[in-house]
Parts: sequence; C-alpha cells; structure tokens
Amino acid sequence: MSTFWSIWISVIVLGTVFGCWWLLYATRKSQTTDSETDRTMGHSFDGIEEYDNPLPKWWFYLFLATCIFALGYLALYPGLGNYKGLLGWTSTNQWEAEVAAAEEKYGEIYAEFGQMPVPQLAENSDAMKIGQRLFANNCSVCHGSAARGQVGFPNLTDDDWLWGGTPEAILSTLHNGRMGNMPAKGTMPSMTNEQVDQVVNYVLSFSGREQDAEAAKAGKQVFAQACVACHGQDGKGNQAMGAPNLTDNTWLYGSTYDWIKETVMNGRQNQMPAQSGRLSEDQIQILAGYVYSLSN
Amino acid sequence: MKHEIVEKNIGLMIVLIILTISGGFLAEVVPLFFLKSVNEPVEGLEPLSALELEGRDIYIREGCHVCHTQQIRPFRAETERYGHYSVAGEFVYDRPFLWGSKRTGPDLARVGGRYSDAWQRQHLYNPRSVVPESNMPAFPWLFEDQVDHTETAAKLETLQTLGVPYTDEQIANASAQVEGKFEIEALVAYLQQLGTVLSEKR
Repeated sequence: MSTFWSIWISVIVLGTVFGCWWLLYATRKSQTTDSETDRTMGHSFDGIEEYDNPLPKWWFYLFLATCIFALGYLALYPGLGNYKGLLGWTSTNQWEAEVAAAEEKYGEIYAEFGQMPVPQLAENSDAMKIGQRLFANNCSVCHGSAARGQVGFPNLTDDDWLWGGTPEAILSTLHNGRMGNMPAKGTMPSMTNEQVDQVVNYVLSFSGREQDAEAAKAGKQVFAQACVACHGQDGKGNQAMGAPNLTDNTWLYGSTYDWIKETVMNGRQNQMPAQSGRLSEDQIQILAGYVYSLSN
Repeated sequence: MKHEIVEKNIGLMIVLIILTISGGFLAEVVPLFFLKSVNEPVEGLEPLSALELEGRDIYIREGCHVCHTQQIRPFRAETERYGHYSVAGEFVYDRPFLWGSKRTGPDLARVGGRYSDAWQRQHLYNPRSVVPESNMPAFPWLFEDQVDHTETAAKLETLQTLGVPYTDEQIANASAQVEGKFEIEALVAYLQQLGTVLSEKR
C-alpha cells in the first residue's frame, strides 16, 4: 500500500475514534450539572415537556471504554494502513499456524500409514477408519457412500475392475485419474441400424441374457469389426484401456437391450479425476488401502 | 456543541450524517480501488471463453449463487475440503463477483475438474440420482434449451469496456462459438474451469 493511502486510512480511523471521544466530552460539557432535572428542551406539546439530561455516568464511561478498546485493538492488530500491529497477525499466518498445528498432531500418523503397503493398510483398522472418512468426503459423491457406485460410476465393492484391482493399479487410478472413452459405434462408424441391433444381441449373448439368437449370430461379424480392438475377441475387455469385460454380467451402464443400444449408438465418456494435488500422497495411500479392502 | 444547532439546521445535519456514514467506506473500501494486490489478476488467469461466460449467466439466472459460495476462507477446515483459499486476484474479471454469502450447498470456488463432465450433467439433471441425500433442485430444462447466442458478443464487448482483456477477434467469434450449444454445455464448461488457476491444494 502506498504511503498516501496508508496515511489516508490512519487519519480517517484515528480521526473517527478521537472524534467520538471529543463528541462525548463536548456534549457532556455543554450541559449544566446543577438543577439538571429542572432544565427542559423548551418545547411543550399538550403540556408534555422533554428533559435535557446528560448521559448516565455508566453509559458515558461505557462509550469511553469502546474508544479505549478501539485504540488497544489498533495497536495490536493491523488497522492503520501499513502498520502491522504488535501481534503481527494476518489471516494467512493464522491459517499457516492452524495447518502447522494439525501437521504436528496428525503428521506422524499419516507418515506412518503413508509408508505402509496397500494390502497391509487394508488390514489396519486405524488406517481404515481414516480411509473411510477420506472416502466419504472425497469419493462417495460419485461412487456412493457404500462404494457400490451407480450407473456410469463403478461399484468398488465387487471384484470386477475396469482398470485393474492390484494395489499398483488402484494407486495409479487415484494419482493420475482415468479417462474412459468408448467411441460411438466403436471402430466401425459405418455401422447400420441393423448391424447395431445384431451386435447388441451378440453382446447380450456373452452373459447369457435374453437375446435374439439369429441376430446375435450375425452380430459376431459386426463385433469383430467394431469392438474387438478394445473388448477383445472373447469380449473379456482390456484393463490397460479400461475396456469393460462384457461376459461377466456386471454392467457399468445398464444391461438391458435399450441401454446397450444407447451405449453402442452414442458411445460413453467418463472420467475419474486425478487426486494428486487434491489429496496428499499419504492420504492417497490410505485411500488405496481402503478401496483395496472393499473387495479383498 | 449544542445539538439544538444540528437539529435546527437540516443542511448541516445532512453534511454531518454523510460524513458519519462514509467513514467506513472511505477507510475500508476506497483504498482497495487503488491497491495493486487486489486489482491484478493472478498469474495465468484468462477471461472466460464465450461459452463459459454464457454458462456463468445461466449460473446467475438459476440462482446457484444463492446456495453456493465461491470463496474459500483461510481456515484449515476449508482448505482441507476445498483447496487453496481464494485470493483477490482470481476474481478481477468477475463482474459481478459471485462470492455469495450462504452455503446451503458446498463451496464451488474450486469445483473445476473435481468431478467429471458426465457427473456434472447427471447431477444437474437429477441430483438425487448421484447423491441420494441431496436437497438441490433438478435443472432438466438446461438439457432442452439452447443458449441465446444473439447477445453473447455484446456481453463480451461490455466486459471489454470495463477492462477485461477480450480481443476484438474473440468478440467477433463469440456468437458462433455458442450457437447451437445447449445450456447444460455452457454451465458445465463454466463449472469445470472454476478455481483451476490456483490448482495446488495448499
């Protein structure tokens, strides 16, 4: 802040405080103390008159005390332009002190769990208590508070993984996020409506769901052209690119004919946001343990 | 001084009243107009794109700011949950700012990138479908209505006059960029950039 504004602020602030002080004394002095209750304002309405008494003493001194408090406050805290105050208080250093105090209190606990391998964390009940809270605060919005997921957001409690369920894969998912992208009509943009119907029936046949056998048979050709690049010849998917296993009757987007048709026609895009930078390394480690514990 | 003098001279009273009530404004607000640290954009801050700007106007129209703040205070409890506390330089292009004053829902100052686009769309279409205990209203019409592109250029131009560094080229392309877009796309684009300039947690 420039010197001009610093002085500007100081003059107004101190001027206000001392102005109040002066006003208190100025109005007090002007009033005669003798026979005070005899003195009225001089106007009378229907015989009703108004006294002009000084402030009661306790009230007067209370006002004075607020002025003194203000001066004390201004000495201790930053209120006068560039003057920092005797306490050196700022909102930022108050926050830093809070963070440092928390670091001292919880830092060791986090550091200990941060070094622990994921499977070991999953068996540590203290770590899992922390993990559960971290999950509730950061993950449950998409995956649900019971981690069972919902349409479009994977269930973490089953043993079916889009990107792999090893400790390394879970850690990688948490750190860097995942970008799931199924293009519309897979790798076969020229797919006709009839072919869509066929390939949907073929996909239904993988998990033994009700299907039109005739169409499913024809769908095999379409599947080979449009889907195998990611989902594989046998439809078992590919965790390297997050392509779901189509044979296990676990569905990310719904299992009915209409749902699958919608998926084939328009593709699916979704993203697991990266948590690096949002959560500390230790927190991510504990969360990985928690997610691991849900299905192991 | 006798208060009789003040009470019987209305002109003098007006002057004294103005002096009295302007003290706080003169000391606390006026110097900020000239203070560099609150008027300079933080490094990397860009004006909103045409689509994001329209999204911001939808945010205002739907009253999002009534239940969601956009201001993370420097308390650990807030920075742990939402990320780095807000700084003045992040809001220099906001006219008006949308800090809000009441959190019925969570703070949104750094919601950008926190959830996927798909989540944002589903949540706005029906919040209960992803957060069962949510009391947020649903906004299904955003998926049916298209953004009004006829005024977009004028909006950018107005902001340019107020000092937001839009280029003439951006203004010329503004309308074309939002034409045919659904309101949900604009709103999600706006949400996904919120607070991303200061991305580190602490």
